[in-house]
Amino acid sequence: MFGLHYRLERKAIGLVLGIMLVASIGGIVEIAPLFTIHQTVEDVPDMRVYTPLEVAGRNIYIREGCYACHSQMIRTLRDEVERYGPYSLAVESKYDHPMLWGSKRTGPDLARIGGKYSDEWHVAHLMDPRAVVPESVMPSYGWLARSDLRTDNLGRHLKALRTVGVPYTDEMIASASADAYGQTAPDTNFAAGVAKRYGEATNIRPFGATPNGGLTEMDALVAYLQILGRLTDAAHRPVGG
Amino acid sequence: MIAELTKNERNGALVILAVLTVVGLVMAVAGYADPFGIHGGLVAIAALAGIFAVISGYFAPEPTLARFGEYYDTPSKIGIGLAMAWAVFGLFVGDWVAWLLAYPNATFDAGWSSFGRLRPVHTTGVIFGFGGNALIATSFHVMQRTCRARLPDQLTPLFVLFGYNLFCILAVTGYLMGLTQSKEYAEPEWYVDLWLVVVWVTYLVLYLRLLARRREPHIYVANWYYLAFIVVVAMLHVVNNLAVPISFYEAKSYSLFSGVQDAMTEWWYGHNAVAFFLTSGFLGMMYYYLPKRAGRPIFSYRMSIVSFWGITFFYMWAGSHHLHYTALPQWVQTLGMTFSLMLLIPSWGSAGNALLTLNGAWGRVRDDATLRFMMVAAVFYGLTTFEGSFMAIRSVNSLSHYTDWTIGHVHAGALGWVAMITFGSIYALVPWLWKREGMYSPRAVEVHFWLALGGTLVYVLAMWNSGIIQGLMWRTYNDSGTLAYSFVDSVVAMRPYYIARAIGGLMFLLGAIVGSWNIWMTVRMPAPVPADAGGDQPAIALQAGE
Ligand code: HEC
Repeated sequence: MFGLHYRLERKAIGLVLGIMLVASIGGIVEIAPLFTIHQTVEDVPDMRVYTPLEVAGRNIYIREGCYACHSQMIRTLRDEVERYGPYSLAVESKYDHPMLWGSKRTGPDLARIGGKYSDEWHVAHLMDPRAVVPESVMPSYGWLARSDLRTDNLGRHLKALRTVGVPYTDEMIASASADAYGQTAPDTNFAAGVAKRYGEATNIRPFGATPNGGLTEMDALVAYLQILGRLTDAAHRPVGG
Repeated sequence: MIAELTKNERNGALVILAVLTVVGLVMAVAGYADPFGIHGGLVAIAALAGIFAVISGYFAPEPTLARFGEYYDTPSKIGIGLAMAWAVFGLFVGDWVAWLLAYPNATFDAGWSSFGRLRPVHTTGVIFGFGGNALIATSFHVMQRTCRARLPDQLTPLFVLFGYNLFCILAVTGYLMGLTQSKEYAEPEWYVDLWLVVVWVTYLVLYLRLLARRREPHIYVANWYYLAFIVVVAMLHVVNNLAVPISFYEAKSYSLFSGVQDAMTEWWYGHNAVAFFLTSGFLGMMYYYLPKRAGRPIFSYRMSIVSFWGITFFYMWAGSHHLHYTALPQWVQTLGMTFSLMLLIPSWGSAGNALLTLNGAWGRVRDDATLRFMMVAAVFYGLTTFEGSFMAIRSVNSLSHYTDWTIGHVHAGALGWVAMITFGSIYALVPWLWKREGMYSPRAVEVHFWLALGGTLVYVLAMWNSGIIQGLMWRTYNDSGTLAYSFVDSVVAMRPYYIARAIGGLMFLLGAIVGSWNIWMTVRMPAPVPADAGGDQPAIALQAGE
């Protein structure tokens, strides 16, 4: 064996090919089957996609690095289920490009934060966490309420998401910018369009209650937080149900 | 630097920089409404500065053939300077975010300075800025010596070095503007990733070209590790960063994979970035500088072969231990745990090989802080790999995951192993490269050593404590069978440890500043009488005939 190696050491290309071969095996065995074995992701008919406003909010969550302190993956451990709710299923992040499971809990898990607090609570907390939870070490995000949300390119966002596999329709893509506004304007025609395209269960309300009426990044982020864990209720059903 | 380039190379540099300027301008114009445009402007400015530098040296006389009688070390010298600059910058940002966890308002009321954006600036600054530059600088030095051949030309290594730093700058400025893919250690957006592919392929081809010119029939161990570092990082980078941009004039992209497949791919990448960037590359460094400095041959050649292939094979299976008890199928978790345990064998093989090489030179370890840096690095390497295998066990992981224990583990590796072996290697290398008797101030090396070791110990001990306390608080039940502590209780309990950690980090940063000063003073020292190169020369007779 060492004799063989003695000869391999004399061949640069041989060494490179050897490294590539040996290093490929683990990844191929562990990753490829995740795409082909059907049971990897549960079949859930009621799983819905993010609305344009929620996509925009999710991108703000990514941009601000909330994932550095918050996980979105409740493990199958008793204390986690009691603290945060039913453990996370693979299907719940099926449309998450990329996933935001996280690796560190400086703050609590957020996989099921949707609906836990009011919109006002979230806005107050994001503006100044210590005004709400005095011991908090979470950063303040005041500038989100001062920044207008960019909606003109949301159609392109949805289109790219469709390319990577999220089932957005042509209609959803065409009306993405209008739908972002519509989701915050109940009792308008815009809102009716959102409900029609994304389902009656969609949260439609002025999330941040922004004073000047325009859409801000705060509105989008709160809309996203409020949908976390609520794209499907599969996790709340008994196993096999 | 320009005077060292031949006429053809100067022209080549101008062409490359002109193309880059045009690309930058096109990006700036097309992406004017997006941070993408700002990055375009940055690229154009960097390229124009390069053009200016080349033109100002353009009419200098060409280098003579005498250059073939010496190794080409300018890229290594610049690389060391850049590595130290990134170290100070990256450690500073790291310590800032550490203080933010104790004093969350110690920042500005603006997006760029908030924790979530600064954290990747820290990780990229130290891993890719400091670590990457140190790897490139030392790899150029080591491969020329162990091949007894000069780098094939002057332009390519400079392209690799500066191109790589452009990547780092685009990455870091991007985070500050909010551009990130959110994949840990693979945050830069699609166009920055593409640029790294160009640089990295050039790096690999350069390495292979040099190996083809070698005057030694055998490829030395250190080079296997550097090769594995270059080759596997390329594989990981390409697969994990597959993404679809929303347009070709905007920065945002969506990753090709989602959910569980994305998580597995990310940690396959993430864990092997640790393996092939932070381990393999630095083992290459260790296998050259430690025996050189100790004046002893590597203890066991066979052990190095077994360790090398063991690391290359086993590591690639271990990533799924980052996903225990998650929605990842259990069979993948079990494979990850099993291979993580097996990984201990080759890891300890390498650490043991290093320490046994020092056997018989312990007197020098005691007296020479540079060698002591390397010795401590090997010890931390052994400890961290043991801890890593231990934490990969499912039941241990159920406690340690999501807590500061992970952070402590990473820093035992990053500060104790990666940074220590780098500082040791740089202190050995600087006097060789600049042909000085030794470092300007051996006392300052000593001071740096104790600051680094003290800082690491304070940091790691604080995080072990906080991590284990945190993990236990989250799972403690009271007598009535309900959870005993709220999440915020655990936040409050962390505070003293967060302050201690920030102090440890500050010590480590101060050490790096002392080291940078010492290197600067060494470079500025008057050169001694031109001594004989002492055999530190390529095999010229054969070379010049090519
Ligand atoms: C430095 C780490 C850190 C960052 C970054 C961070 N958080 Fe937090 N977060 C915390 C901590 C600690 C808590 C617990 C104390 C509290 O409620 O403020 C928390 C709590 C929360 C809660 C309440 C959870 C609950 O169940 O009570 C929400 C919602 C939240 N964060 C959202 C966010 C969002 C959105 C972002 C990004 C814009 C973010 N956090 C960024 C540390 C962080």
